Amino acid sequence: MSETEDVTLRAEALEALLVEKGLLEAERIDDVITRYNERVGPMNGAQVVARAWCDEDFKQRLLADGTAAIAEFNFEGGEVQQLNVVENTAEVHNVVVCTLCSCYPWALLGLPPKWYKDPAYRSRVVREPRAVLKEFGTQIAAARKVRVWDSSAEVRYLVLPQLPEAWRRDDQATLAARVTRNSMIGVEELA
Amino acid sequence: MDGIHDLGGKQGFGPVEIDDLPVGFHERWHAAVFTMVSAAFASGAARNTDHFRHAVERIDPISYLTHGYYGRWLGGIENMLVEGGVITQAELDQHARSLGAKASARIAARPDLTQANPPETAAARDTSARRSLSSPPRFDVDDVVRTRNQPSSGHTRLPAYARGARGVIAGYQGAWVLPDASAHGDEQVEHLYSVRFAAQTLFGDDADELDEIHLDLFESYLQAS
Repeated sequence: MSETEDVTLRAEALEALLVEKGLLEAERIDDVITRYNERVGPMNGAQVVARAWCDEDFKQRLLADGTAAIAEFNFEGGEVQQLNVVENTAEVHNVVVCTLCSCYPWALLGLPPKWYKDPAYRSRVVREPRAVLKEFGTQIAAARKVRVWDSSAEVRYLVLPQLPEAWRRDDQATLAARVTRNSMIGVEELA
Repeated sequence: MDGIHDLGGKQGFGPVEIDDLPVGFHERWHAAVFTMVSAAFASGAARNTDHFRHAVERIDPISYLTHGYYGRWLGGIENMLVEGGVITQAELDQHARSLGAKASARIAARPDLTQANPPETAAARDTSARRSLSSPPRFDVDDVVRTRNQPSSGHTRLPAYARGARGVIAGYQGAWVLPDASAHGDEQVEHLYSVRFAAQTLFGDDADELDEIHLDLFESYLQAS
């Protein structure tokens, strides 16, 4: 039996024990799956990014106070007590990590990808961000600064990617459909 | 604590394994563990996010690296539920064996029964960590600071790679519950700052001279430099 099966069995045992003690209803698990597989995901963050690209006034509010600016979207999913949005520019590329656990802006991006929670990304992106970005196919020019945001408190970070020149004439809905999760973590650039 | 969770700057983990899985849960038990965090809070055994994070940090370090994200959470939940007296490990072992678990299976949880922690009532808990402080922040933007250079045997959010390092205050982030205290059942409130470090300050000449790392650090982690 593999170690994964051992862990799975222990999770199932704890579930059964908590149900037996009246501390857990198994239906809640189905609700959580529906919420995070259907309603809470990167499409939320993508709406914020596309609006910032199309509405300069919103973009300025978003950069000044991300928490207040996203309140009007009414995203569910919680876990963002303070949102700071960091903008990629011709001079600076931003990338987000949580080296101590796996803090992530759930309400905007949904559940984090596996690699975000794995030791390789968490250990290396602070020490050699350019090498890690290259593994994602992202080459940062030598003259551009890489700024790594290690989410060490309750502040959560979202990267505002650069709008590709070729997309400038497209409308907000079209743009929102093209913004990727990885571009909002900062491991990829859009093109 | 100087645990395996404090991964920033560690070397040797190899390339990032980039997966292309859709966003969401891929295994039912992952969602079960996620939901059981809420159950642990509802039972009173989990006090706050810092208490939960510290419970995860205290699991078996080998399991931390091999059981995956939800396996780590499972270990943390088990620590809190056992320390809170909500379940015993013996009854959980019995359930696991009845499902076919073998006696030699590696168990992530390492409950500390000297830290027995009767559950709190739901009303006593507050899920928001934001607070206010009447005293003004000690540091201003552009102040040069040095981080504390002492390990902590309890919970802390100053990563080891940024200990004893010179940085610059980049911004004020408001007043918050201090995780170092709240993880252990005590509430203290401190100012929080975004602190900018030159990559070369933290990682030497191998780091790019242009690059920067930003951390959100509490006032007691910092001294004027």
